[in-house]
Amino acid sequence: MALISGANSPLYAKRRRKNVITMALAFAATALGLTWLVLVLAVLLWNGVGGLSLAVFTEMTPPPGAAGGLLNPIVGSLMMTVVAVVIGTPLGILAGTYLAEYGRYDKLSSVVRFINDILLSAPSIVIGLFVYEVMVASLGHFSGWAGAVALAVIVVPVVVRTTEDMLTLVPDTLREAAASIGLPRSLMIRHVAYKAARAGMITGVLLAIARISGETAPLLFTALNNQFWSLDMAAPMASLPVVIFQFALSPYKDWQELAWTGALIITLAVLALSIVARFLGAQSKTS
Amino acid sequence: MNSVASFTVPSVTHAAVNAGDLTDKVTIRNLDFFYGDNRALKDINVSLYNGKVTAFIGPSGCGKSTLLRVLNRMYDLYPNQRATGDVSLDNENILDPAQDLNLLRAKVGMVFQKPTPFPMTIYENIAFGIRLYEKLPKSELDGRVQRALERAALWNEVKDKLGANGQSLSGGQQQRLCIARTVAVRPEVILLDEPCSALDPISTAKIEELIDELKEDYTLVIVTHNMQQAARVSDYTAFMYLGELVEFGETAKIFTKPDDRRTQDYITGRFG
Repeated sequence: MALISGANSPLYAKRRRKNVITMALAFAATALGLTWLVLVLAVLLWNGVGGLSLAVFTEMTPPPGAAGGLLNPIVGSLMMTVVAVVIGTPLGILAGTYLAEYGRYDKLSSVVRFINDILLSAPSIVIGLFVYEVMVASLGHFSGWAGAVALAVIVVPVVVRTTEDMLTLVPDTLREAAASIGLPRSLMIRHVAYKAARAGMITGVLLAIARISGETAPLLFTALNNQFWSLDMAAPMASLPVVIFQFALSPYKDWQELAWTGALIITLAVLALSIVARFLGAQSKTS
Repeated sequence: MNSVASFTVPSVTHAAVNAGDLTDKVTIRNLDFFYGDNRALKDINVSLYNGKVTAFIGPSGCGKSTLLRVLNRMYDLYPNQRATGDVSLDNENILDPAQDLNLLRAKVGMVFQKPTPFPMTIYENIAFGIRLYEKLPKSELDGRVQRALERAALWNEVKDKLGANGQSLSGGQQQRLCIARTVAVRPEVILLDEPCSALDPISTAKIEELIDELKEDYTLVIVTHNMQQAARVSDYTAFMYLGELVEFGETAKIFTKPDDRRTQDYITGRFG
C-alpha cells in the first residue's frame, strides 16, 4: 500500500519527532509522580499491616512498653469529624447556594468568592491558632469542641466551593423552566437545582471529610490529645493524626508501630471515601 | 430546513377570521427592550388574539425570542435586562413592577427550545406544578396528572411508567412532558420558544398537531425559525427584523402577499 502523499515531507517528519518527544516527556512526568505515590502507599502498607489487629480497634492507647490499641483516637476523630461536618456542611451549602443562585451577579459575591478561595488554601495551622485564641485561651482549657470547630472552619470553604460549582453546572434552562410554571426561587432551588446537583454536592462533602480526617495542626492547638477513654467533647480529646504525630516522634518501638497502623487506617478510610465520591460523581454524569 | 415540509403533517385550516370575533388577550404597545444599553426591541405594537396561534418569525437575532420572554417576564431572572412600554394581559399591565411574577407565570406558561423536564419522576414533573397552587386529595391529583398527560398526547406512552425519571424519556416525549407540565398549571397563554428545533420530524409533527388542539383552550404564541411550521400551525404571523416588528397579519396573507418588501424577501428565502 502506498503511503499517503506528504507523509515523508520534512515538515511532517519534524512534527512527528516533536510529537514523540512530547509524549515521552508526559509519560515520564506521570511515572515520576505516580512512583512516589506508590512508594508512600507501599511503605505504609509494609509497616502498618503487621500492626492491624482486633486490639487496635478495642484497646486504648498504651503507655510505652505496654500493649494497646487506638480506640480512643479513632472514636475521638470520628466524633470531632461528625461535629465538624454537622456544623460546616449547612453553612457551606447555604453560602454556596447564595453564590450560585441568589447572588450570582452581585458584587458582594465576587468578594465572598475571593475570601473563600483564600480560606480554602489557608494553612491549617493558622486556623488552629485562630480557634486556639477564640475557644481555648478564652476558656482556659483544650477541648473536643474546639477541635471540631477548627475542622469545621476547614470544611466550610470546601463545601462552599463544590456547592457553588455544582449548582452553576445546573443549566439555566432548568431554572427558567421552573420559573415558567410560577415556581418561587426558594422552591426551585430546593426541588430542582439541589436535585440536579445532588451527587456533586454530596461528593463535595465527602471530599471535605477526607480533607479534615488527616489534619493534625488545627487539632494540636485545640483538642490536644487524651491518653484515656473520653467521650466528653468539653475535655481534651484524642485524634488519630495527633496520636500518629506523637507516637511516630517517640523513641519507643511499639508506639512507632501503632503510629504506622494509625496512618494506614486513615489512608484506607480516605481511600474509601474517595471511591464513594468518585462513584457518586460518575453516577451524576450518567443520569 | 425543508425536511419537515416533506413530511406528512396534520393540515391546519385557516378559517376565515371575522375581525369582529377577535378579542385581545395580550396587547403590546410601544414596547422597547434593552440588554444593558443595547436596544433589542424597538417600539413594538401588536395584539395577540384570544384563542389564536400567533407565530413570531424572522432571522436570528431579530428579537422574536426576546419579545416572547417579555410576555412572562422571564428576562427578570437576569440583571441588566429591562422592558419599557405597555404590555397588558386582559387589560392588566404585566410590566408593572408590582406585578407578582409567579402568578403571572402561572397564567402565561412557557415551553422551551430544549426539553427541560425536572430531575424527578414523570408523575412528579406534572404534580409538582399543580401542588403549587392547589391542595388536592391524591385521587383528584392523579386525575389531573392523567388529564394533563392526555392533553399532551403522552399518556398512552407513559401510563405504565409514571415513576420513571422524566429525563429518561426520548427528546420528543420530554417536550410533550413539558407541554403537559405547562398545561397542568392551567395557564391562559402558552409561549412556545422554538419547541421543535431539537426534535426529529415525527416528534415535530406530533407537537404541531398538539398545538392545533391546544388553541381551543389557550392563546398560543410560537417562535420559530421554520417558516413552513409557522405557515402550518399559526393563525397570525408577525415578521420581525432587527428588533422591529415589520409586518403582522393573518398567516395566509403574510405568506402569500405580504405588504412589506422585507417580509417578501424573507419568506422567499432571499435573506435570513
